[in-house]
Amino acid sequence: MKKVFKRPESLTDKPMHYCPGCTHGIVHRLVAEALDELNIRQDTIGVAPVGCAVFAYDYFNCDMQEAAHGRAPAVATGIKRVHPDKVVFTYQGDGDLASIGAAEIVHAANRGEKITAIFINNAIYGMTGGQMAPTTLLDQVTATSPYGRKAETEGYPIRISEMLSTLEGAAYIERVSVHDIKHINHAKKAIRKAFEYQLQGRGFTMVEVLSTCPTNWGLTPLESLKWLKDNMIPYYPLGVKREVE
Amino acid sequence: MKGNEAIAEAAIQAGCRYFFGYPITPQNEIPAYMAKRLPQVGGTFIQAESEISAINMVYGAAGAGARVMTSSSSPGISLKQEGISYIAGAELPCLIVNIVRGGPGLGGIQPAQSDYFQAVKGGGHGDYRLVVLAPSTIQEVVDLVQEGFDIADRYRNPVMILGDGMLGQMMEPVEFGKRKPAELPPKEWATAGWKGDRPRAVINSLFIDPQALEDHVKKIYKKYKAIRINETRAECFNCEDAEIIVAAYGTTARIVRSVIEIASKEGIKVGLIRPITLWPFPAETIRSWAEKDHVKAVLTVEMSMGQMAEDVTLAVGGRKPSLFYGRTGGMVPAPLEILAEIKKIREGALK
Repeated sequence: MKKVFKRPESLTDKPMHYCPGCTHGIVHRLVAEALDELNIRQDTIGVAPVGCAVFAYDYFNCDMQEAAHGRAPAVATGIKRVHPDKVVFTYQGDGDLASIGAAEIVHAANRGEKITAIFINNAIYGMTGGQMAPTTLLDQVTATSPYGRKAETEGYPIRISEMLSTLEGAAYIERVSVHDIKHINHAKKAIRKAFEYQLQGRGFTMVEVLSTCPTNWGLTPLESLKWLKDNMIPYYPLGVKREVE
Repeated sequence: MKGNEAIAEAAIQAGCRYFFGYPITPQNEIPAYMAKRLPQVGGTFIQAESEISAINMVYGAAGAGARVMTSSSSPGISLKQEGISYIAGAELPCLIVNIVRGGPGLGGIQPAQSDYFQAVKGGGHGDYRLVVLAPSTIQEVVDLVQEGFDIADRYRNPVMILGDGMLGQMMEPVEFGKRKPAELPPKEWATAGWKGDRPRAVINSLFIDPQALEDHVKKIYKKYKAIRINETRAECFNCEDAEIIVAAYGTTARIVRSVIEIASKEGIKVGLIRPITLWPFPAETIRSWAEKDHVKAVLTVEMSMGQMAEDVTLAVGGRKPSLFYGRTGGMVPAPLEILAEIKKIREGALK
């Protein structure tokens, strides 16, 4: 019988620990498929974050480093400067990248580090149990914004892609979503393009992926996909934010 | 050559090609020298956005298999502690230079030795040790930089050079290449792209299963035992018939040498034990001298409120009185101050 669907070479066979309905698994697969299609798995070094994807080093089937919370872009900088001929990517959540690691991502982008950041924005801290993230929407209820996020006291959700797109060192930044098949297919194209830009040595690249967290949003997987579409996309508009020809 | 520049050049001579740092006084000559020199030898210098980023760049580069270093001064080293703990946990080799200034807080910019606890007792979280080397001349700075990189690579552990503003700023003639580089195995554990010809490289300090973490830490501590046995170093000067033995390291040990000279003219026999490795600490050397009948007391002199003094007292173990004299905040003790202290102790001990 002909095999029509299989695990990408760039993923290990280790069972993932993610909650049911979480979109991390989808994004892992998209990254892995992109590495396979570009035939760069053996030349890729990944950097795992602190957060739900902390075990990413067990799932991506390439050399990996585990970074401290938020520091993945600095770790990736060190790796890339030692191995400029390799592909280096970070995989980071919104607490990791947009809060504690805000300085690291801004300056890696500004230096034009030839790395790719895969940025998972699900508007909440997952691993620690659903606390408010810098990307948490206004009025969204979390463990640490139990009355809903208020602009007056907690500030506004940060649009990281738009912010980084003002930096000259960034070569390609796009925000995508994985709430339906059409958007998943497009997300894959964006991730692949980011790696291609890195291979061409154009500069810093990032793909922000709007994602779900059914467990901490308190919704079913299906409701979560709808919540993302109805609430996140209006505030976090999809599309290319920066592209240097 | 100036101490700070000697550190930088010695690192280049030792094969270090990557430097990540952030400006802070009194170590600024090190990154400035590296920024100029590294591109000439095909290396990379980055002025990071913070000390935190700098140490994490070191983590990445060390994990990628490079010989790499960073330098800073006390408040900056405090910021690096997170990264240092991760580097120790992930068993990565690197050299960290701390040109110590007075503290706590923003403190001052004058020479001090008040980071002994932070360096030796582990300023970061968890069960780990740094190998801490304390040079007292610029020539020794040069030798210990080569040796520090070699120790780091041999044991896959971070090594710190603990200097102070005085050592960083003073000038002395130096000779490079006196200490021969060690022969070391290739870094097959490094992330350099995986062709399947070795196990997949994963640089990591996370062990979620407590048994696995205990096993990992115990494995690291086996290494520390070997470091204690093989790498503990101290210089003993004039101890043979000394009545009072002074324990001092780095800049303070230089001052104590002048004290010994002045004291001998007055017929007072003073010896010096100078730890070269602050961790592993030469406790055995101190204990064996403290046992001798001719030694009446041990005096620790530091530019701090008495940090190494605690380890000296432990080593002396009640065999003789263990006393302390220090200046802090950037104040440097003068030879006559120390001599006056020795005289006081001597009068008490001989009574």
